[in-house]
Amino acid sequence: MKLNLKIWRQNGPNDKGRMVDYQIDGVESDMSFLEMLDLLNENLIAKGEEPIAFDHDCREGICGMCSLYINGEAHGPDRLTTTCQLHMRRFKDGETITIEPWRANAFPVIKDLIVDRSALDRIQQAGGYISVNTSGRTVDANNIPIPKKDADNAFDAATCIGCGACVATCKNASAMLFVSAKVAQFAQLPQGRVEAAKRVQDMVAVMDAEGFGSCTNTGACEVECPKGISLSNIAILNKEFLLAQVK
Amino acid sequence: MTILKSSVAKKVAMALSGLFLVMFILIHLAINLTLIYPGKEAFDAAVEFMATNPFIQLMQPVLFLGFIFHIAMGIYLEWTNQGKRSVKYVNSNPGAASSWASRNMIWTGLFVLLFLIVHLINYFVPFKTQEIHDHYALVTGLFKNPFYTLFYVLAFIGLGIHLSHGFQSAFQSLGTPREKCNKALVITGNIIALLVAFGFSAIAIYFYFN
Ligand code: HEM
Ligand code: SF4
Ligand code: FES
Repeated sequence: MKLNLKIWRQNGPNDKGRMVDYQIDGVESDMSFLEMLDLLNENLIAKGEEPIAFDHDCREGICGMCSLYINGEAHGPDRLTTTCQLHMRRFKDGETITIEPWRANAFPVIKDLIVDRSALDRIQQAGGYISVNTSGRTVDANNIPIPKKDADNAFDAATCIGCGACVATCKNASAMLFVSAKVAQFAQLPQGRVEAAKRVQDMVAVMDAEGFGSCTNTGACEVECPKGISLSNIAILNKEFLLAQVK
Repeated sequence: MTILKSSVAKKVAMALSGLFLVMFILIHLAINLTLIYPGKEAFDAAVEFMATNPFIQLMQPVLFLGFIFHIAMGIYLEWTNQGKRSVKYVNSNPGAASSWASRNMIWTGLFVLLFLIVHLINYFVPFKTQEIHDHYALVTGLFKNPFYTLFYVLAFIGLGIHLSHGFQSAFQSLGTPREKCNKALVITGNIIALLVAFGFSAIAIYFYFN
């Protein structure tokens, strides 16, 4: 099939950037969205033009490297789907597709469609871990009884791949869904409870300092999240934050 | 203000002030409904009670501060949040993932604020500065003006939309367990939103025609 693409091009962090129109032919319906961009880049290279820079790694929906705001939605129109798992059968022959980078001041553009998401790493470093003494006398995790429901909820929260679609989608560029997934993942397990109060305060402080917005509870993040991270986690973060104040 | 330093704490304060205003608006609706049933005597008595009861007198400045806080914090949050994405999307489809009400809290809020100012000029200032005994006549008289009645109805529909998202959102901000409570909160919020929008509007429209 044939497509009209409108793609954001930006030479570097200081370039102003602009939307550029491209035509592409010979797109197969079973190509992934990224394979379609590979094809476009091959055409560009053959013509001696600069290929379009975009992020990707695993291409199987587990690493969180791919991004892209496609036709006005993070990771495109499909639910619970990363861009690498989005397929061209989702689009019609002759369709116009706009492709933009994640937009948030906390995610500055590096080049074209690639943005710097290291702000999420810095939030993670502020408390997204547990401190365990690995002296050789650690208790086997399986020896600690955990209610099935808590284990399931913690595991669901842990499926966040840190892609940043929640930030890209949020009208406030808020990272609350990401941060709440990390907070809730640990808060629901006995190993995580020990540092729960400090964790939530430290992670929220870095989240604010990195320039993410606050949460208006629109719920757009949950809808666009490729891993279906639930808004319940944000309620848990809020509760943990309040509990930490009285501690 | 160090207690309000964090964005999460600001939203908790926003939620508490919002829920406080919800309580106020429901009491206000109950009093206004006496305009229609039982009628004039009951309404004038209710107004007299509100004007003299010491507890209500004590609550008046609290309510005033509650409004000021909610409005100021709402505008502040919206303003700072707007600044978090300097380069906008060329193509954005927010309707695919969230409700209009949730994205436009500031606009429904500011519309209610505009109404509030007009409302204070029309009712509250005369209540406080003049010797008025026929409250009923003052209130119902204004509804004879079709423009005022239209503005009044639109303002309460706006507030209804504000609350259709706000009520449920407030509990989320307070950390209410979502799996257990969300359904009930969404339903309660929508009932309150409908009560406020149609309750106040119905009274205005009733007096426009009667
Ligand atoms: C008078 C002008 C008003 C303005 C400018 C205003 C503005 C706002 C804004 C901007 C928000 C969203 C804040 C955010 O999530 O980032 C909000 C939330 C809210 N508002 Fe208002 N509002 C007004 C009046 C009211 C009134 C009269 C009520 C109740 C009767 C009310 C109840 C609420 C509630 C319950 C929330 C939800 C709080 C939360 O999300 O945690 N507001 N308001
Ligand atoms: S919460 Fe979802 S959208 Fe946000 S970073 Fe994690 S996986 Fe991506
Ligand atoms: S490339 Fe790894 S999730 Fe898409």
